[in-house]
Parts: sequence; C-alpha cells; structure tokens
Amino acid sequence: MTQPSGPDLALRGAARSRTGPFARAGLLNAARRLPLHLTIWVVMAIWLIPTLGLIINSFRPVAEMSQSGWWTALFPPSGLTLESYEKVLATENVAGSFVNSLLITIPATVIQVTIATMAGYGFAWMRFPGRDLFFILIVGLMVVPIQMTLIPVLKMFAATGLAGTFVAVWLAHTGYGLAFQVYLLRNAIGGLPREIFESADIDGANHVQRFWRIAVPMSIPAIASLVIFVFLGVWNDLLVALTFMGSSPNRPLTVVVTQLVTSFGGGWQFLTAAAVLQMALPLAVFLSLQRYFVRGITSGGVKG
Amino acid sequence: MDPRIVTAVGAVVGIPLVLAGYILLSERLLEALPARLRSRMRPYVWVLPAVGFSTVFMVLPTLNTIVLSFMDKRSENFVGLNNYVYFFTSPATLGALKNSLLWLVFFTGFVVIGGLVIAVLVDRVRYESFAKAVVFLPIPISAVAASIIWRFMYDFQPPGEVQTGTLNAVIGTFGFDPVAWLVESTTNNPALIFVGIWTATGFAMVIISASLKAVSSELLEAARLDGANELQVLRLVITPLLLPTITVVATTVVITALKVFDIVYVLTAGAFDTDVIASQMFSQLAGSGHFGRAAAVGVVLLLAVIPLLWINVRRFRQQEEMR
Repeated sequence: MTQPSGPDLALRGAARSRTGPFARAGLLNAARRLPLHLTIWVVMAIWLIPTLGLIINSFRPVAEMSQSGWWTALFPPSGLTLESYEKVLATENVAGSFVNSLLITIPATVIQVTIATMAGYGFAWMRFPGRDLFFILIVGLMVVPIQMTLIPVLKMFAATGLAGTFVAVWLAHTGYGLAFQVYLLRNAIGGLPREIFESADIDGANHVQRFWRIAVPMSIPAIASLVIFVFLGVWNDLLVALTFMGSSPNRPLTVVVTQLVTSFGGGWQFLTAAAVLQMALPLAVFLSLQRYFVRGITSGGVKG
Repeated sequence: MDPRIVTAVGAVVGIPLVLAGYILLSERLLEALPARLRSRMRPYVWVLPAVGFSTVFMVLPTLNTIVLSFMDKRSENFVGLNNYVYFFTSPATLGALKNSLLWLVFFTGFVVIGGLVIAVLVDRVRYESFAKAVVFLPIPISAVAASIIWRFMYDFQPPGEVQTGTLNAVIGTFGFDPVAWLVESTTNNPALIFVGIWTATGFAMVIISASLKAVSSELLEAARLDGANELQVLRLVITPLLLPTITVVATTVVITALKVFDIVYVLTAGAFDTDVIASQMFSQLAGSGHFGRAAAVGVVLLLAVIPLLWINVRRFRQQEEMR
C-alpha cells in the first residue's frame, strides 16, 4: 500500500465531507482524537520553541534583545541582522575555538574508531585466553564515570608537559571512549555470518585480509553510525576539555561559550551567536546523515 | 600554515597508518614464531591498543583515585577517612548529594516515562516521524548549548520591566509575577532538571519506540476488546512487554543523571544550592585544588554506579549465553 501524500489526503477529506454520515463519523472521530493531537502539539512546542527562540535572538539587533522578547521578530518589521555573529567572530576568539573544536574532534574520532574496529574484530573472531575476562572489564568500564580518572590523568599530563595540548585531549577522549566503542563494534562484527569467515579461512586468507576485505566492509553501517556518535560526543564535550585545557588557547568552542556565560553575565548578544555556532555543525551533521544512519541500522536488521 | 593544523592532519592520516603498520609489522614478527605460539600471540596484538588505552586512562587512574581519596590536599600524607568524613559532614557536599538524588529520581523518572508516553502517543498519528524528529532534535545539541537555550527561556527581569525570557513572558500574560527560575530554591533544581529532561527524552523515546513497533497490534486490540482503557493498555500490556528495553534505557539514564555536570556548571555553576556531585567534584579539583576531597567525591560517584556495573555485566553474560 502506498502512503497517501498531502494533497491526496486533502482531496479525500473533501470527498468525505460531501457525504453526510461519513462527515459526522469523521468529525466525531476527529473530536475524540483532539486531546491526542493537542498533547503531541504541546510536546512538540516545548521541544521546538526554546531552540527556535535562541536562533531568532541570535539574528536580532543587540540593542533590541534586552528591550523585547525574541517573538517580536516574528512580526514585521523583524529587522534581522548578522550583528551578533560579526561581533562574536571579531572579538571573542570564537572563530579560533571553532577551528580548535574541529582540530580536537576529527583526529580524536579517527583514532578511537580505528583502534576500536581492530579490537572489535579481535574480540569477535579470535580465541585467546583471557578474552572473556578482558571483555567483561570493557563492559564494566562503560559505566565508570570519567570523574574517577580526572586527577591522575591530569597529573600525568602535567608531568609529561601535555596539559593544554591537542594531543592530551585526543588521548583522553580515546581512553574514555574506547570501552563503549569496542563493545559496540565487537557485537556488530561478531554478528556477521560465521560461514564467510570460515570460507575465507579455507581459501587461505589471513586475519589481516579477513579484517580488511570482510569485517570492515561488511560493518560499514555500524562503523558509520559510531563515527557520527563519537563525533557528536567529542564536539559537544565540556568536562574533558575544561579539565585538560581550561585556559589554553587550544580550548574548544564549548569551553569558550561556557566562559562567555560567566564573564559576560548578562551578555546575551555574544552568547546567542556563539551558542548557535556551537550547535550548528552537530545539527547539520546529524540532519544530513540521519537518513544514512537510519538506513544503515534498518538494512542491517532486515538482512541479519 | 598553522602548525596545529599540520599536527591534526598528521594525526588523522598518521594514526591509521601507524596502526596498519603495527599490524603488518607484528604479523611479520609473528611469522618468525612457531605456528602454535603465533596463533596464541596474535589476538593480543589486535586488542592491545584498546586494552592498553583503557588501562592507562581508566583502570589505573580509577585505582589511583581510590588511593588519593585517603591522602591530603596535595596527595602527600595519608589522612585516613578524613576526606570521607568531610564529604558526609560538610553542608556543601551534602547539598550536592541531595541534589544528585533529586536528579536521579526525577530526571530518570521523567525521561523514561516521558519517552514511553511520547512513543506510545506518536505511534497513533500520521505525522509520527516528524513529531519524533522534533523531540529527538536536542540529541545532537551539546549540554552547553542546551543550557544557553534554556538560559533565555528562564531569563528574569524585576517585576514591572519587560520580560524577555519566554517563560516569564508567558506567565506574565496570565497576570503572574515573574519568577527568578534559576535563583529561587523552590524552582531552580526543577528548572535545571527539566533542561536535562529536554535533552535526554528523545533518546529514550527513539529506543522505546523501536521496540514498541515489535509489539503486535492484535495483542493491544485484544486487550481493548476485553474492555481495557488506554491507560490500562499502557500500564498492563505495553509496559511489561517493553520492560527489557525500558531497563536498558533506564540504566543509561541513571548513569547520565549521576554524571550530570555541564547543565549545572553552565546555568548556575552550582550556586543557590544547585550543586550536584559531579560539579562539586570539579570545584574541589579546579577551585580549591584539594585532590583528596575531589577524589573522595569521585569514589562516592563510583560506589553509586557499582550496582549498574553489576547489572550491565550480568545482562552481557545472559546475552552471551543466548548467542
């Protein structure tokens, strides 16, 4: 059955309203379902309006922001402007920290996912003494709060002169993120059909070939969704960056935005644009890759 | 060119190359070994980077922190249980503990129940995928940005001034006085917790919704024919069937509740009695630089997650048996 499209639906509604009994039944049904729709609309409003308000405010003139709410811009003259963005990019080192966020996030993601894919294959398709013990350790580590590690790791970075550098944050994110990723990829790679690996073994393919020609290509959907997940997690991280590079010039956007809150107090004008810049990339990544993300999951489910 | 960009590009290209080289080189070295030893050693080569990283950054620091929690401010002298005595007697840490319990109960409860209810409601309308996308939208938004979004929702001006904060403007149109949401002790913790709920409900909803699709509609129809109303269907049929999924979601949400830091740090920095364990630990660490006390706060956090650790490991073992 094909899903009725919008205009088609409207036509059917019109046809229905011309015939008496159907109209009454339809109306009654609609009235009964009104509380349902109303609840969902209220929920959607609560989830949509706050973000919308911030985005609209970020495009309003700085002087007007303290005079009236963001909703006044919905009615003409809205007087939208890029003033906040110009100011924040010029004065607050936000552009620099945007680049920092990229320089932190991309390498951290690549390092983690590469190591996790290797380990995921090892745990899934190799037998060795201590495998189950190691893996249970990994499962347990997923729950341990990173707060437990901050002091010793901070000392370690201070002793090696790494504190405040990109390398420190890459390493820290890798150390903290791997447990979950190894767990996820071990399950994804371990879920591939055994026969494929066995026949490759018979054909004389070694582990490197089985990993590179079979395991990796066949788990691309899982790896891709993991990449998105890790990217968002690192880009949005505050605690790790704040602890290991608090005032370093290398600090990412999340730290700079947070420091804007405390230093400006009521400085809305910078805050709105900075926050929108911080969330623009993850939103764009998520919205553009969401379809691929979902397809990867569903196709895996149907075939598996 | 900026040397930092060179480093980053070097890392993006270099690290996978290094790892590939590591595998190929160790394969070469393994060739030299007798066949039996070779196949015994090889797996360790593959899992060593991951296990090594986890050991250096998680296992050893965790053990070290436990030791540090029995040491003084600069980790020089053994002080016994002093830091724990401080934790359980100081009003600041006790307040943080109380607030973390509030988060644990209300954040977890509302996220899980809210996720379930929204999943069930949107299941009955045509615009389900749109409605779900809207509730899911905060997922890619950082807690920092979400906090700023809500800072503007909660903004307060003295009565008589123009209210530019959405919430105070709304209650103002009904004739109520503006409320300083983030300052007043009756509203500030609920206000912070609500920001958390707003960011996390989409996650719970999507997972619960996926397993809701697997519940047969005949079963629900049969319950309705037997005279169950919608609330009973939800409580007595849907919820028990989804219980395994709900447990998984709840464990994740409980961990999030215990670790919550960003929202509190950005919105109030723990002022006006809104501190939680994680933000209390950060201020002990970065503010007063007391490693012993900060470590003790961390250990309390670890103790709180140990039941979850046990649940996770047990569930993993059950899954393994079914494989």
